[in-house]
Amino acid sequence: MRVQRWTRTSKLFTGATLAIAVLLATVPLVFESDVVQKLTNLLILVLLAAMWNALAGYGGLLSVGQQAFIGIGAYGTVFFAGLGVSPYLAMVLATLVAGAISVPISFLALRLRAAQFAIGMWVIAEVISILVRLDQNLGAGTGISLIQLNQYAPNFRQAYTFWLALGFTVIFLSALFFLLRSPLGVSLQAIRDDEDAARSLGVRVAARKRLLFVLAGFGCGAAGVLIGANTLFIEPGSIFSVQWSAYMIFMVLVGGLGTFEGPILGAILLFWIRTTFTQGGPWYLVGLGATAALFALALPRGIWGTIEERLGLRLLPVGYRVVEVTGEKRSA
Amino acid sequence: MTVVNAVLQGIFLGAFYAVLACGLSIMFGVMRVINLAHGDVAVLGAYVVFVIVQGTGMSPFVAFVVALPVMILLGYLLQLTILERSLKSGILTPLLATFGLSIVIQNLLLITFSPDVRSLGENAGAVTTSSWQVTSGLSVSTLGVVILVVAVIVFGALQLFLSRTRAGWMMRATAEDSDAAELVGIDSRGVYARATALAVAVAALGGLFLAIRSVFDPVSGPTQLIFAFEAVVIGGMGSLWGTLLGGLALGLAQTLGAHINPEYSALTGHLLFLAVLIVRYGGGRVSFGTAR
Repeated sequence: MRVQRWTRTSKLFTGATLAIAVLLATVPLVFESDVVQKLTNLLILVLLAAMWNALAGYGGLLSVGQQAFIGIGAYGTVFFAGLGVSPYLAMVLATLVAGAISVPISFLALRLRAAQFAIGMWVIAEVISILVRLDQNLGAGTGISLIQLNQYAPNFRQAYTFWLALGFTVIFLSALFFLLRSPLGVSLQAIRDDEDAARSLGVRVAARKRLLFVLAGFGCGAAGVLIGANTLFIEPGSIFSVQWSAYMIFMVLVGGLGTFEGPILGAILLFWIRTTFTQGGPWYLVGLGATAALFALALPRGIWGTIEERLGLRLLPVGYRVVEVTGEKRSA
Repeated sequence: MTVVNAVLQGIFLGAFYAVLACGLSIMFGVMRVINLAHGDVAVLGAYVVFVIVQGTGMSPFVAFVVALPVMILLGYLLQLTILERSLKSGILTPLLATFGLSIVIQNLLLITFSPDVRSLGENAGAVTTSSWQVTSGLSVSTLGVVILVVAVIVFGALQLFLSRTRAGWMMRATAEDSDAAELVGIDSRGVYARATALAVAVAALGGLFLAIRSVFDPVSGPTQLIFAFEAVVIGGMGSLWGTLLGGLALGLAQTLGAHINPEYSALTGHLLFLAVLIVRYGGGRVSFGTAR
């Protein structure tokens, strides 16, 4: 027996992933601006799904309040741009602020478990939303435009936003990938499989969860920045909406909770559903909610988790696998 | 005098939150489950009453009695179709499944009833408008008193049910240890189904009060869930009388906040909830880096 990390498939697929990322970078040079804007939306979904999965799939933390960080990212951009900072620098600063704010929030939120954590995060998002509504400089309840982005011609603006989205997605997914591959990742996967058992073996559960929480704070903040830059108008009712959590839960549950590839698949599926069916209609949301509930009950590992289990397939090498070596000497 | 008035309004509002929270507290106490669709179930109850009132012209209070069997049946169905399955597979599954259900209920209500804001206040007769003028600055609304009295009756009746009846003993035994309860012949499936049916019925009562004392629309549910959950946590999870007190504390926090500035109403309630969490769970060790 020997322990193997890379398989032929995973080598091939990791290469393909890198090639796709490089190809994606050329999209704004080749395609019309509406394609660029749509692909920006897809990248936002991928980022959101991966971050929610980092929390729920590896940390066992089911948050219904990640829209707190989405809103901080979007409003942070407005705030810094309003101070006269160049818009794209404002976006990076806003992402850093969202990540930084997740640290003090984690000290409260991570004391809670299961439903208390889920709804506790929701209340925190509500509190931040109310504070924004009370601030006239941020447009209060009626919303605010990112007018500073008008200094760029529309197709340049869309190209820049797309590249920023691609950059953020690559950075945060790589961060998660290398985190899961590092020695820390082994303890994270142990927490995912059985938190109490991991703790009894000496895994520092609280510190590991905080790492994931802060990563997700940064990532959701980045997604919020991009949502603001893509829509150019931010309004507390929609940017702090619990619907973001509904989308994240759908993508991760359908794709595969606790797998690296699953949420990406889930994001592509949601993107496909959104472009195929009329966007935002209530029947479409009924379908999303019912599908998420059905997956939770009947197929908890999601599409990708089930494929992985049945076929032993592993496209991106985040774990280890034990393989039988033919002709191996059996010795004690 | 206006502060006294705010306190009084807070107690009435709190009694309403306690009724909303009661079902959540029952389900958590018996099954250790939080139903994230609880607020939507309450709003669904409000719509069922609304339909009956529209169809027959009867008083909302009578219509609620007619709606009750429907809601109890829905509670059984909720348990048998979704919760029973989800209870078997870890602590996250019931949350995920009921969150999905919450989105389904909201959007089905949206499709059926349009996004229009509704109220049953006008249909409820004099009870919503009458009040006792105690002094020039202090008036006691009849509806507030009715909700407070009903809340106390509901919690008292539940207490009697749990402490005096056979079905109540079975529920407490199952809550304590469902495996041991099974060993002495208690059917935990049946107990869980009854608990959920009871929770849905009381949630519908909360929905009735919501519809009479203010307005509701298809997406009112999540806000009701948050307030109900806050009441349960403030009062101490797993304690029935605690939930009544938690509801009153939440109502007081909101009206006193609104007394300072009307925009602070929900905010002060949330802050009380977060403060209770910090105090209750504040003793734990803080760890970030390598210290174990």
